[in-house]
Amino acid sequence: MNGELTPPVSERDHVHGRADAPVTLVEYGDYECPHCARAHPIVERVRARLGDRLRFVFRNFPLGEIHPHAVHAAEAAEAAGALGKFWPMHDTIYEHAQSSPHALDDAALVRYAGTVGVDAESVREALDYAVYEDRVRADFMSGVRSGVNGTPTFFINGTRHDGAWDEESLLEALEGRHSTR
Amino acid sequence: MEQQRQEGEPRSPAADSGHYGRQTHHHATPVPPGQRAPDFTLKATPDQELTLDDFRGKPLVLAFYPADFSPVCGDQMALYNEVLPEFHRLGAELVGVSVDGVWCHTAFASARKLHFPLLSDFEPKGAVARAYGVYRDGEGTSERALFVLDGDGVVRWSYVSPIGVNPGADGILTALEGLAAKDAPKDAPRAVASSPSASTSSEARP
Repeated sequence: MNGELTPPVSERDHVHGRADAPVTLVEYGDYECPHCARAHPIVERVRARLGDRLRFVFRNFPLGEIHPHAVHAAEAAEAAGALGKFWPMHDTIYEHAQSSPHALDDAALVRYAGTVGVDAESVREALDYAVYEDRVRADFMSGVRSGVNGTPTFFINGTRHDGAWDEESLLEALEGRHSTR
Repeated sequence: MEQQRQEGEPRSPAADSGHYGRQTHHHATPVPPGQRAPDFTLKATPDQELTLDDFRGKPLVLAFYPADFSPVCGDQMALYNEVLPEFHRLGAELVGVSVDGVWCHTAFASARKLHFPLLSDFEPKGAVARAYGVYRDGEGTSERALFVLDGDGVVRWSYVSPIGVNPGADGILTALEGLAAKDAPKDAPRAVASSPSASTSSEARP
């Protein structure tokens, strides 16, 4: 309801871009959500167009009961992140997510880990032992606290963006916020 | 199962309100905080009824919503389903209420894998929603309205959301934490301190 990002972006987050960028875009997403998969290339293009003016942050918001692979996909991305490859894994998961019903099962996630250059076995173990379960749940609860009510939900400079998120709309919202600073 | 919200559509009441027919203003007033919650006896399954009294002794979250199968991914009930462990940690129970029939609720709960009861405010239609002041005559459904009741059945917090807007869960959690803090002995740790969300802030990390 309040729509303010809680907690704010910090060093625990996965961040693309400069810390001193004037605009910060935070996405709460679910790797198995088709709308998030559609948002992924849009965010890529917006990032390319804004360059150093934009910092992008991704937080997990898996709806595990309706998307049975979403939690493990998030944990796999975190596991790759612990090995320095969060963004390659994030991109790979979204690029494949909607390609087949098995695109996000454990075997596929482990395979993606191999393709982005992290030790696939360590990702498998992280899934088997739910090493990043708490981390993913903490992201989820921060989203709940921030008023996330579906995925994807975006925050621009800490305030929930309730408007459209096609490329032009998102860009307009990001630049509008930018120009008011 | 999947939402129809397109990236081109704003997340505004207009986004999915068309589904529920024309917008009309309701003139009833939701039962305010401090007032006793109206009693109810509603079917939760084809052969089981739940009453307000069944929840005595613990906080109850009543979530009125317009209809089963609203076309969004992270719809309100699916979201609450995911937050359910936090509601339980705060000692509370959750029920959803709509005018849909029990068989519809059964199918909806099964499709969304819901782990809390859905009550059927079906006959006489919307009677409980009316008693709580959250019925929309024009549409024949309830508002999207939230009530947090204490263990004595007194309304402690309520919120009516624009009909097309999922109000999320943050308001409910804040209300439940407020209840837990008031009910706890002064020297006892607040329930909120054990919430996992407390560990999400960077300050709380070592």
